[in-house]
Amino acid sequence: MSPQFEIQVIAVIVAVACALPGVFLVLRRMSMMSDSITHTILLGIVLAFFMVHDLSSPLLILGAAVIGVITVWLTEMLGRTRLLAEDAAMGIVFPLLFSIAIILITRYAGAVHLDTDSVLLGELAFAPFDRMVIAGVDIGAKAIYTTGSLLLLNLAVIIIFFKELKVATFDPMLAAVLGFAPAFVHYGLMTLVSLTTVGAFQAVGSILVVAFMIGPPVTAYLLTDDLKRMLILSGLIGAVNGILGYQAAALFDVSIAGSMAVMTGMVFLLVFVFAPGRGFISALRRRKSQKIRFAKMILLFHLYNHEGTEHEVQEAGLDTIQTELHWDTAFTRNIMALLKKEECIEFTDNMVKLTDYGRLTSIHNYEALFSK
Amino acid sequence: MGTLTFLLRDYTFQTVALGSALLGIISGVLGSFAVLRKQSLLGDGVSHSALPGVVLAFILLGSKDTETLLLGALVSGLMATLFIVSIVRHTRIKFDSALALVMSVFFGLGLVLLTYVQKNPNSNQAGLKRFIFGQASTLMQRDILLMAVCGAVLLMLVFLFWKEFKLFTFDSDFAQSLGFSPGKLNLLLSFMIVLAIIIGLQTVGVILMSAMLIAPAVAARQWTNKLWVMVFLSAIFGAVSGIAGTAASSLMAKLPTGPAIVVCVSLIVIASVLLAPGRGILYRLYRRRKNRLLLKLEGGVPDVPTV
Repeated sequence: MSPQFEIQVIAVIVAVACALPGVFLVLRRMSMMSDSITHTILLGIVLAFFMVHDLSSPLLILGAAVIGVITVWLTEMLGRTRLLAEDAAMGIVFPLLFSIAIILITRYAGAVHLDTDSVLLGELAFAPFDRMVIAGVDIGAKAIYTTGSLLLLNLAVIIIFFKELKVATFDPMLAAVLGFAPAFVHYGLMTLVSLTTVGAFQAVGSILVVAFMIGPPVTAYLLTDDLKRMLILSGLIGAVNGILGYQAAALFDVSIAGSMAVMTGMVFLLVFVFAPGRGFISALRRRKSQKIRFAKMILLFHLYNHEGTEHEVQEAGLDTIQTELHWDTAFTRNIMALLKKEECIEFTDNMVKLTDYGRLTSIHNYEALFSK
Repeated sequence: MGTLTFLLRDYTFQTVALGSALLGIISGVLGSFAVLRKQSLLGDGVSHSALPGVVLAFILLGSKDTETLLLGALVSGLMATLFIVSIVRHTRIKFDSALALVMSVFFGLGLVLLTYVQKNPNSNQAGLKRFIFGQASTLMQRDILLMAVCGAVLLMLVFLFWKEFKLFTFDSDFAQSLGFSPGKLNLLLSFMIVLAIIIGLQTVGVILMSAMLIAPAVAARQWTNKLWVMVFLSAIFGAVSGIAGTAASSLMAKLPTGPAIVVCVSLIVIASVLLAPGRGILYRLYRRRKNRLLLKLEGGVPDVPTV
């Protein structure tokens, strides 16, 4: 395998592994918790490093995951005092833990290679240098295996506990009644998020893990209502972001992780604008068609209401009708032309008149709206 | 004592302490509004989103002046805010997800631009990175002057629009019914909060700026129910922790200033949450205990409804 290919494999694995738990974060409105955890795990890594003095020890991952869960717990405990809002609690806990980590690193770990840059920003390009060698045989980059097992873990947990996660996410009360222990599901999920963050930050840096966790699920959320489909779509979108991001980074010779985050934003933007049904364009189109339908209805009501009354000449006059309706001239002409085409109205003696069909439509609309 | 008087006469210390104190005052005042309007995490989002603006300003204008870089930061911070607002308005995506997405994407863009600049051999990009981690020790007199001017403008705006901001913060519907335009006020206040964040970037950095915005305000909130007292206390807490953090980092070797300031302000928050009269945790424990004791001594009514 060439290094380029290996990097892309790692990127895809990391992206999918992050996107899966990210779906539940987005749905549970805990997206910013991922940001919080990505910062605080640094403290877990530092503390574990002080205990074992070995940068490759698996204890570092354990320490990071434990601190991740502690972050969530502290934030919720502070929020539960009701002395401050939940988001403010988050904004106090994570900078404090992060600051302690930075102070510990600057004071005591200056000599070892534990600089904040590499932890926060990550460097995927170096991943292929770290080889996995078993019995003297090189079987690929180490990161493929570490992130690969992470992906398998995430997949396994989500498949096994799919029902529990689903119920606890959409209806925590029901989950409690059914005996699923929402707290257990909650902290289980947070452990998974912490582990994923630890596994992913070595490749892409801790801050950009947020882009990988939240970007694809948010994009998928604009495309589907089905949880299973959202999970699959998120994984696919994550993988596409990873590959496109790497290609762009190689083309312009810039930061790989940064480029993948930018790609995440671009893919989201495309879906945001063009998504069928929920996209920006279809929303605008829907709003416009609703406006026209409503205006047509209003005009028909107006004509029906004043039909045969003494003010009819004024209310339904071809030149005075727009002032009666408070519409501008072009819009009124437009709506009248549309109604004329549908044979609801006709123009006689400089006046707008309902046709028989138009009168029926008006009555029909009225009944549809107000008869219950 | 000797070290302390020496410290107070030290020029670098004076500059950095003054800068940190100014930052504490500015972020304390505007943070009060951010926290009360439940926009605490906007600070985190905006400060991350400022990075591409900083680098782009450097690329386009070729200058490393604080003013230039801050201008870039301001523009990209505002753009990010705009993105977040329009995502929330036009889709069913919630504020927190929109915030997380936009800030991480902007930060990624910043990194991309940063690596692009680093390739360019002519440009010395040193100093751009201090916007990620913040380096109070690089503060110079010019920077202090800029902070003071921006801070004065911001404080004056708060003073001028005090009534409007107060009404808008606590009851925006009522403000609207009185004829204030909530859209414009929201824009003005958001703009001011973004500016306050940007000012703090080079002192405490992207990641720790959110604490400076939130913590003094949260601490001040515990001691009072009056807005002006809260804003005033918050400014004082911010200034005190700015100076204390700078002093601690000057007295101790290898203690970075930004994190030291954040630890100081967090200590103030912890103390306030525990000790504040009426609201604090200790007071509540005391009251609960007293009530239980009273109940035991005087006896309860037998049919007290239980929840």
